[in-house]
Amino acid sequence: MIAESGHYALVLALALALIQSTVPILGARWRDPALMNVARATALAQLLFVAASFAALAALYITSDFSVVNVYENSHSTKPLLYKITGVWGNHEGSMLLWVSILALFGGLVAAFGNNLPLSLRAYVLAVQGWIASAFYLFILITSNPFLRIASPPIEGRDLNPVLQDIGLAVHPPMLYLGYVGFSISFAFAVAALLEGRIDAAWARWVRPWTLVAWIFLTLGIAMGSYWAYYELGWGGWWFWDPVENASLMPWLAGTALLHSAVVMEKRNALKVWTILLSILTFSLSLLGTFLVRSGVLTSVHAFATDPTRGVFILLILCIFIGGSLSLYAWRASALKQGGLFAPISREGALVLNNLFLTAACATVFIGTLYPLALEVLTGDKISVGAPFFNLTFGPLFLPLMIAVPFGPLLAWKRGDLLGAAQRLTAAGIAALLAVAMLWAWTRGGNAFAPLAIGLAVFVIAGALTDLTERTGLFRVPFATATRRARGLPRATWGSAFAHAGVGVALIGIVCETTWNSEYIGSMRPDDVAKIAGYELKLGDVTQRKGPNFSEMLARFAVSHDGERLGDMTPSKRNFSARSSSTTEAALLTRGASQLYVSLGETTADGAIAVRIYHKPLVLLIWWGPILMALGGVLSLSDRRLRVGAPKPAKSLRGLQAAE
Amino acid sequence: MTLWFVFALMTVAAIFAVLWPLSRGVRPQSEGSEAAVYKDQLGEIDRDLASGLIGSSEAEAARVEISRRLLAARDSQDGPPVASSAKLRRSAAILALVGLPIMALAIYLPLGSPRLGDFPLAQRARAPDAAQPFENMVAQVEAHLEKNPTDGRGWNVLAPVLARLGRFEEAARAYRNSITYNGDSSERRSDLGEALAAAAGGVVTAEAKAEFERAVALNADEVKASYFLGLAAEQDGRGSEAASIWRAMLAKAPPDAPWRPLVQAALARVGGAPVPPPGAPAPVLSNEAMAAAKDMSEADRGDMIRGMVERLATRLKQNGDDVEGWLRLVRAYMVMGDRDKARSALGDARQAVANDAARLRQLNEGLKNLGLDG
Repeated sequence: MIAESGHYALVLALALALIQSTVPILGARWRDPALMNVARATALAQLLFVAASFAALAALYITSDFSVVNVYENSHSTKPLLYKITGVWGNHEGSMLLWVSILALFGGLVAAFGNNLPLSLRAYVLAVQGWIASAFYLFILITSNPFLRIASPPIEGRDLNPVLQDIGLAVHPPMLYLGYVGFSISFAFAVAALLEGRIDAAWARWVRPWTLVAWIFLTLGIAMGSYWAYYELGWGGWWFWDPVENASLMPWLAGTALLHSAVVMEKRNALKVWTILLSILTFSLSLLGTFLVRSGVLTSVHAFATDPTRGVFILLILCIFIGGSLSLYAWRASALKQGGLFAPISREGALVLNNLFLTAACATVFIGTLYPLALEVLTGDKISVGAPFFNLTFGPLFLPLMIAVPFGPLLAWKRGDLLGAAQRLTAAGIAALLAVAMLWAWTRGGNAFAPLAIGLAVFVIAGALTDLTERTGLFRVPFATATRRARGLPRATWGSAFAHAGVGVALIGIVCETTWNSEYIGSMRPDDVAKIAGYELKLGDVTQRKGPNFSEMLARFAVSHDGERLGDMTPSKRNFSARSSSTTEAALLTRGASQLYVSLGETTADGAIAVRIYHKPLVLLIWWGPILMALGGVLSLSDRRLRVGAPKPAKSLRGLQAAE
Repeated sequence: MTLWFVFALMTVAAIFAVLWPLSRGVRPQSEGSEAAVYKDQLGEIDRDLASGLIGSSEAEAARVEISRRLLAARDSQDGPPVASSAKLRRSAAILALVGLPIMALAIYLPLGSPRLGDFPLAQRARAPDAAQPFENMVAQVEAHLEKNPTDGRGWNVLAPVLARLGRFEEAARAYRNSITYNGDSSERRSDLGEALAAAAGGVVTAEAKAEFERAVALNADEVKASYFLGLAAEQDGRGSEAASIWRAMLAKAPPDAPWRPLVQAALARVGGAPVPPPGAPAPVLSNEAMAAAKDMSEADRGDMIRGMVERLATRLKQNGDDVEGWLRLVRAYMVMGDRDKARSALGDARQAVANDAARLRQLNEGLKNLGLDG
């Protein structure tokens, strides 16, 4: 009964979504408040039914009901409870159900907390959400139904892919989907604005929190996915420019651009049409990301052929939503009132520069990811576009952007003073140069590029701090006044400073890890000692152990540094009998932000184990950076201050500055 | 029935969600508007000015700009007045009342299986189903062994079943476990080798060959292992070696060994001359019995042999068509030195096959070989 109720709840959600996508639009056309309010009620009811459906599937997984095909194919009775639950979205059908659940969650949130929106705008937004939801419910029910049954249920399931049996699965996909799907709200707002033919600064204010929420989750989701790949795949790599990763990076880049252009729109009533386009593009890229990963197109173009209905349906959804919204944009955008003009040297100008670089970077990733696919479809040739391409295209686009980042917040709205901003950044520049000089002296003859990149990162971080000190007047006014000002500072200012500093922190991590990473690869026997970066790892005993649904080989390494004992590291290799496959569980030893990384390879016939040991200096900064960025996002989100572009007089000098 | 009741409740809830906003009167709604946002922004400027975050001239400029937006928003808000049409509402209500349930059922019925109840594993384990498919029982044994991997008997039972189900790799694993927990034996080794070869699609891999060699080392007469060693030689292109292995097998084999045709066919395949059934006295006893007999005392062995011969005689009395059986019985009596019994058995044999010329000829030829005439 649980299975069938869940199934029926999903069907009802579809029926409600169809009503939600039609009735409110008619209501908005004829300005009937009752019909417009249908959107709100259906959105909430839809959330209720999808949540029930999702809970039903989770219950089926927990009770190991193998009469459901999806449970049989992806679960096992001996799996620990946590993985039974996370296994719900560890497969295509379940992950699509998670996707629509989050979509319904966002729809429900707009319905519940959208009281500050004009009634017709809310009706349009929820109706567009209804279209997206209907398409996905149909896709799930027709081609990827998680509630299909087996009449004579098998006694045991086929188990979840062992690589996915990890805490990472509990966190990464929901985060990522919260990000992807969150952008559907800004998309819905954009389409609603196009339908209504009306857009102004207030629109940006209303969209802002939703975009910010989506961006925060996407940032965390990508960082989490990268860390998961780092410790689970056993190669010590954290970013592979793999199409699946690129698929999540593209909406992030577009979403970051959207976040910045929306600020311009909110404060200066400018860049309106561009912001609408970015909203559409960001969600289109999210859709593309979801589908590229889910449909298996990326592993092989021919995956479409293996399940034609699914592939055709996916193409149809992509065409309708991306093509449809872009056509609507082309048709209606010219009718929208253009915003004001502004000088190139101003906060707005800096944000436009940011947008240019981010979208260009996004375009390079797009080309690098999709060109091989297109080529394979058209000519059948298989080429792979890897790290060298992205390092040569993405890198040069990102570096000037990083140089520009500290200037942006220091420029005033309307008319900025570049020279003044540069003067105020002198301290940051000196800090950066010092860092470069010190690193050059320290790593004589090493990579010349690395110290420069780290100098740049220091510049970004110091620039973010400069912004804060300038605004609080620290070092210029008494400390008490500065703290009072710091408290009074809008949270959004703190947020952007944190986020920008996060970018710098991540850059330091990336450069250090790639430049000064050292590795030891060899086969070891008990009592062998491996030496790496001043650490000594002595292989102790190798033991076998039995887990709940796997058996594992544990190797114990005693780690010491300069004779001082630091502790044990126990990497293991797990063997999952149900799928007769194995995973490597790397052991990590964290010292500050640096890590030692040990993973096991094959055992040779004579009892030696292949071992890979890496020392990764400051590697954790790669993930602390995004966490800092997300924290900045949260701070910004908590800002109740409504943004107004208060222009500074062109000749504002020190005196006025201090009063800021 | 409960299920349909639940469905009905859910449908009613969904319909209610649509009807509820329609039923509410057109009372003035608390509606957000752009003007509200701009008014907030103006208030914000005042607060910023008060706390010293922006200068007074900046604040003035911002105020002007926002006021301009505010005025524009006021202008655009004078759209068509909020109107309510009873007709529209009625059609929306009908859509919810009729359309929604029809739509839900039309989609659910072809996809769902409303007759199928739930099958949570815990419930099923409590009440084992007699009509369970065979695979389920195998799965249960597997689950049992997963928990008690040292149960040698279980592995013994499971391994051949897995091999028959075509799950050769798992069968090989089961045989390995069986060897670990039940002890080594030539049969288990050769079964393991066979499973390995089957897993490799019939190719006797080096791994499989090693197992067969171990089996032969444990028991030189291990039939299966010898056959596969021959096959390995054939697959390696050493046809003559294969032929000699198989020829040796046939030479040692009892004439009625069930695998004889198989080996002979294999021998023919590699071009070896077929080995005729042994003219020399073939043992009455199977290899196992002989091996068992080796360790017995003289008297015990005599008892055992007598018992077996008597069983053979009884069987032949009931079904006399088995010429080979008669010949073995006669030979056994002669070996035991009981010529009288041999003769009487001979008489019985003649009588039994008298009606069948071909069998009679076969019998006479066999007797000639035994040195007993007419």
